[in-house]
Amino acid sequence: MPILKRLFIRILSIAVTLIGVSIIVFVVIRVVPGNPISMMLPPGASDDDILRLKTLYGFDKSIIEQFFIWISGVLSGDFGTSISLRQPVLSLVLGRLPATLELSLLALLIACILGGTLSLLGTRLRETKIEGIIDGINGIAMSIPDFLWGLIFILLFGVMWPIFHISGRISPFLDIDYSTQFYLMESILRFDLKVFTDLLAHMLMPAVALSIPLAAIISQLLKQSLKETMHLDYVTLSRTKGYSENHVILKEALPNAVLPTLTLVGVQFTFLIGGTVIIERLFSYEGLGNMAIDAVINRDLPLIQGIVILFALIFTVVNLLVDLTYTLLNPKLRDG
Amino acid sequence: MIKINRRNLLKISAASAALGTATKPVFSSAIDELVIAYNVNLPSWDPTVGLSSVNPTIQGIYQSVFDLFIAQNTDLSFGPGLITDWGWNDDKSQIHMTVRDGVSWHDGSPFTAEDVVWSLERAGNPDSGNPIQFVWGTIGNYSIDGNHITADVLRYDPTIFKWMSFLTGYVMPKAYYEKVGAEGFEAAPIGTGPYMVDKFERNAFVRLKANANYWGGKPEFENVTIKFVTDASSRVAEIESGNSHVTLEMPYEEYDRLRGKSGISGTAAPVSDIGMIFLNDIDVMLDPNVRMAAAHAINKPLIIERLMSGYGVAIDTLQTPDYSAYDPSISVAYNPEKSVELLAASGYSTDNPVKFKIQTTKGFKPKDYEVIQAIVGLWRKVGIEAEIEVYEIAKHYELRATDTLAPAAFYNWGNSVGDPTTSTGFAMFGPSPHSVWDGEDLINMIGPLWGESDEAKRIEGWKAVDRHIAENALVIPLLQYIQPILHSSGVNVVPHASGALLPHLMTRG
Repeated sequence: MPILKRLFIRILSIAVTLIGVSIIVFVVIRVVPGNPISMMLPPGASDDDILRLKTLYGFDKSIIEQFFIWISGVLSGDFGTSISLRQPVLSLVLGRLPATLELSLLALLIACILGGTLSLLGTRLRETKIEGIIDGINGIAMSIPDFLWGLIFILLFGVMWPIFHISGRISPFLDIDYSTQFYLMESILRFDLKVFTDLLAHMLMPAVALSIPLAAIISQLLKQSLKETMHLDYVTLSRTKGYSENHVILKEALPNAVLPTLTLVGVQFTFLIGGTVIIERLFSYEGLGNMAIDAVINRDLPLIQGIVILFALIFTVVNLLVDLTYTLLNPKLRDG
Repeated sequence: MIKINRRNLLKISAASAALGTATKPVFSSAIDELVIAYNVNLPSWDPTVGLSSVNPTIQGIYQSVFDLFIAQNTDLSFGPGLITDWGWNDDKSQIHMTVRDGVSWHDGSPFTAEDVVWSLERAGNPDSGNPIQFVWGTIGNYSIDGNHITADVLRYDPTIFKWMSFLTGYVMPKAYYEKVGAEGFEAAPIGTGPYMVDKFERNAFVRLKANANYWGGKPEFENVTIKFVTDASSRVAEIESGNSHVTLEMPYEEYDRLRGKSGISGTAAPVSDIGMIFLNDIDVMLDPNVRMAAAHAINKPLIIERLMSGYGVAIDTLQTPDYSAYDPSISVAYNPEKSVELLAASGYSTDNPVKFKIQTTKGFKPKDYEVIQAIVGLWRKVGIEAEIEVYEIAKHYELRATDTLAPAAFYNWGNSVGDPTTSTGFAMFGPSPHSVWDGEDLINMIGPLWGESDEAKRIEGWKAVDRHIAENALVIPLLQYIQPILHSSGVNVVPHASGALLPHLMTRG
């Protein structure tokens, strides 16, 4: 199938997915017990007061009416107004998105470096004691969830050896006047070392906590894939040509072995973004996940809807990018 | 590609060391900038509208920037604030207020009586989104004469001045708000309070700068940063590591562990929040023997001692000792033998227990679930078999508003003005959306008290209501909470009985 046609079908499926997610989230959060109106009822509220509040926030209409009002707004770029924060949902979620993306991408980078290094080491030193140690490390890394890693890091590097900041994204005393919310990337582009180090000191612990389980998965899969590739004829041929083992692994086996891992990384990256919800809360990091928890606690329905739609969009786009990358890298798929 | 050699390794090590030192938190004995790890986020800067305006836990931040109409002292008593004198005329048809002279808004513009009237009219406007509009709408037709304001009483409410120290009772800047609008105000709020907003990152922190012209005197700390650290373990780490100087609301075990540690002190004082079990007049709760047996079977001091490390005060009415209608003579004794007798009278025993559901939050308040578990254990010994259902606080609000709570449901009630209307009144008056007890006898007792103009008679009336409630076990009050605050030994923290953590009351130790 031509690549453009595949792309068109995938984009169409993304649209269908998003519509489905919109309907489900809209209905589910209205069906589960707990609504924002009952949370803000004053002690002496009469039935009229309750009706007035419901009307003010549009909850006096049926769910179907509410949905069509909301979806027509969404199609024109208006995701509604947050009940608790009293600001447009779109600007709120877009304002937080960069913080979560930077944290997720940093975690992904760390996971790839850690996982890649361990798998290469394991392959290079296969069938030695080191490989066993690496497998053991992977097992531990995978069996401990990210939030527990977060707590361990807080205890170690926040309390016992206070090297890093425990909470927040940037120090309050730093006055930054950046043009985007992508502080980390902008600080690199501006060569602003002070801001960059401050950001890293806030982000490293949550990012590493998020990355460790993913690093272990990458390490295991890539090592397995490398081991299988190492037995293929073309690898044996390159060995007989006299290339070093390092050359054989890095230049011959790795390019082929990395493809299955790439697909997995894409899928796992979406889980990693999901993991930011707890990690951001733990580290009081001002991202989408932290905002999502507050939105749920406050039953801020428009904000929950906005965040879920954005998360769904990220997941589907990431999957699309992974598929495209895989297609481009795999000649069998690329050439139809 | 970077080659790994000795030189590059040294470079990386040096860079890592620089990162560590450049970002290491400052642990100095002299505190220049006070850092507070706060337990909740601040959703909105307008303290008079929306969900956040009725959230008791963020009032401390609001009170740092804005002033209440009438100030409240740390023991819940009232004192002159922006309004220095207040009261009714003889026939209670009008109220009068005197506005403080010489006060400025944070932008330097003068604070006037017009600001007070505008704030009250805005709060009383049904379209403003003020959740307490039903109170503010009881006065109107304001007139201003210099610093004096008079208004007509449209519907007499004996607690109107108390509300002026309570939720949404803040004075807002008329001219500034009208100039910048709601959105502009969110972006750059100003008040007359002890601190000015210097920088605000939503969900992250707010940096406050001392108001040098504050009418109550400039606060001791020039700069205060309030970090929003919603996770309790992270707050503990904040104070333990020295990243923050003050924090609150941590597990009592952590409080006890840290308060004696070098450089860390603790303050634990009772606040106006109470823990209670709502009884819904449905099913078995219609049987007074069951209700009274449930009440007498709870050993509150033991629960406080064992589960809450002693940080609580047992209560038998919905009034704490700080409230104006507190009556120490009303008590519900721990008496399991009596519980057994009462249940036997209704045909229940340990072999044939009475069964009902009890709902509770888990982790919303300290040891909430554990307290209910312990109570269920005590009940089992006398012949009550209660099934625990854990719910979210949002669900509790909805079930309570629709009068569909389980026969028993744990909740915490806050009442920082200490008036009986805002505790017993709203919690137990059938028509209130916060009450699940609909008994006519109680409605008839409470009804006349809403508009009672004789204060002594009003308070006595509420005490009689509390006695009736206790004797018939219409609700089970459990305990008054004690708020744990950990702070650097370099800071003196003055606790406020409302539970508000107020940086302007803090001084260097």
